[in-house]
Amino acid sequence: MTRISNEQVKHVANLARLAITDVEAEKFTKQLDAIITFAEQLNELDTENVEPTYHVLDMKNVFREDIKQAGLPREEVLKNAPEHQDGQIKVPAIIGE
Amino acid sequence: MSLFDYKVSDLHELLHKKEIKVADLVDESYKRIAQVDNKVQAFLTLDEEKARQTANTLDEKLTADSSTGLLFGMPIGIKDNIVTKDLRTTCASKILENFNPIYDATVVQKLQQQETVTIGKLNMDEFAMGSSNENSYYQKTRNPWDLERVPGGSSGGSAASVAAGEVLFSLGSDTGGSIRQPAAFCGVVGLKPTYGRVSRFGLVAFASSLDQIGPITRSVEDNAYLLQAISGLDQMDSTSANIDVPNFVSALTGDVKGLKIAVPKEYLGEGVDESVRQSVLEALKVLEKQGAAWEEVSLPHSKYALAAYYLLSSSEASANLARFDGVRYGYRTPNAENLLELYKNSRSEGFGDEVKRRIMLGTFALSSGYYDAYYKKAQQVRTLIKKDFENVFEKYDVIVGPTTPTRAFKIGENIDNPLTMYANDILTIPVNLAGVPAISVPCGLDNGMPLGLQIIGKHFDEETIYRVAHVYEQATDYHKQKPGI
Repeated sequence: MTRISNEQVKHVANLARLAITDVEAEKFTKQLDAIITFAEQLNELDTENVEPTYHVLDMKNVFREDIKQAGLPREEVLKNAPEHQDGQIKVPAIIGE
Repeated sequence: MSLFDYKVSDLHELLHKKEIKVADLVDESYKRIAQVDNKVQAFLTLDEEKARQTANTLDEKLTADSSTGLLFGMPIGIKDNIVTKDLRTTCASKILENFNPIYDATVVQKLQQQETVTIGKLNMDEFAMGSSNENSYYQKTRNPWDLERVPGGSSGGSAASVAAGEVLFSLGSDTGGSIRQPAAFCGVVGLKPTYGRVSRFGLVAFASSLDQIGPITRSVEDNAYLLQAISGLDQMDSTSANIDVPNFVSALTGDVKGLKIAVPKEYLGEGVDESVRQSVLEALKVLEKQGAAWEEVSLPHSKYALAAYYLLSSSEASANLARFDGVRYGYRTPNAENLLELYKNSRSEGFGDEVKRRIMLGTFALSSGYYDAYYKKAQQVRTLIKKDFENVFEKYDVIVGPTTPTRAFKIGENIDNPLTMYANDILTIPVNLAGVPAISVPCGLDNGMPLGLQIIGKHFDEETIYRVAHVYEQATDYHKQKPGI
């Protein structure tokens, strides 16, 4: 039985904002199927009343003083931007013609 | 003899007696890099001009004011997923090929306070995903002990550069074994600190609940000095722990009398080479002779760690790597008519296959209808693995076993099968899931390739693992062996 189909892989790739070709989809389907099949050994374990561990340290709600601070200077922020104009990062048109 | 055959404390003394200068140390680095790095290929970016300038400034300072910290002037290499202001930081990915960070990671700031000298940035598997450095977009780092073999990963450049004598020491990062496994493969000392001991601010996130930065060195003592410099609570990382940082070097008492060692039978079982098993049993004899006692124990959920790890780390990665979208920084595709194409094509052209595979696995495990079956299940198994460690640590001081199931494998040997590649990390992954600290120290050679002994400690008890590692190191000659390169 396969755990993940070619269609599902294409769907997941779209969710993850990855463009993959049909050839790649086929390759990734095989590999992901093998990994997920391997991961299903976890089902051997009864975890009915086991709390999940999201974090290993016993800490929650770590706050700091809410003090006003300057943000990063605009010129610094734009240094690594692939395209910018008038102090703003530029992207292709989002709204149609 | 190389200057890097000396320990930090010796070099410090030589500097202050004016027998050497910081410029000599920095020169040693770049000379060695010029000599061997075309073969080892550990460095992605060098910072030579600035490093030499810094060396001169420090030398002038040394004449005027003789009181300095111990790490003053020491040449260090930094893994390329730790951001360094104005020094290219790529994560060994095409997507960050031209990325020049606008701030320094907390660990880098701390090193600057200690006045170390950054030599350059070190190769790794792309975004720290891999165990061989074969997933780097730029180059394949080689193992200095045998250039046909991998240095391990993902901190392969960090371990290989120290083993090859290109730097005195380096920083790596460890999510599932990425400091300890390459340290073992390259015959050097590597420590993954307790989760929360070292700030992750400025470490490009892979799996945030598992990642830790740690030191790679030639000796246990140097390792303790370097950890001292980078540890501590940081306002910029809410997961850094508000807990005192002890003096790690003073923990090196040379005494393990009465120490209780647990040896998990799962760590010496199936899949672990006989030579690796023997080297661990020999090491236990050495520690016994020094007054420690060991017993076999069980960490019954060990075999499930690998599966849980891949689900969890990939899930976290799929969220963390969403920031690479071609908009604010990093690679932007020239082939995009609209915003959606910009995202998709930038990411597809910028990421390598292993990174894509894990992003997709994580997205799948987190997607509606599969979340409980995969992600939540893995988090529950993580609880069981953590409890395994807690149970053993009720009775024992440390856990000892091998770092890796085999010696370093050949380049290309595991590249086509992700699952065999992942199996390399079965002995290191449980440690990250539990958040405990662990060190790898050299424990002999198998057909000319180094093996590593792994010593695992309780939460925030790096002191005990350093003490044990130091006693073992001083009782053996393995740390003195060096590659012939």
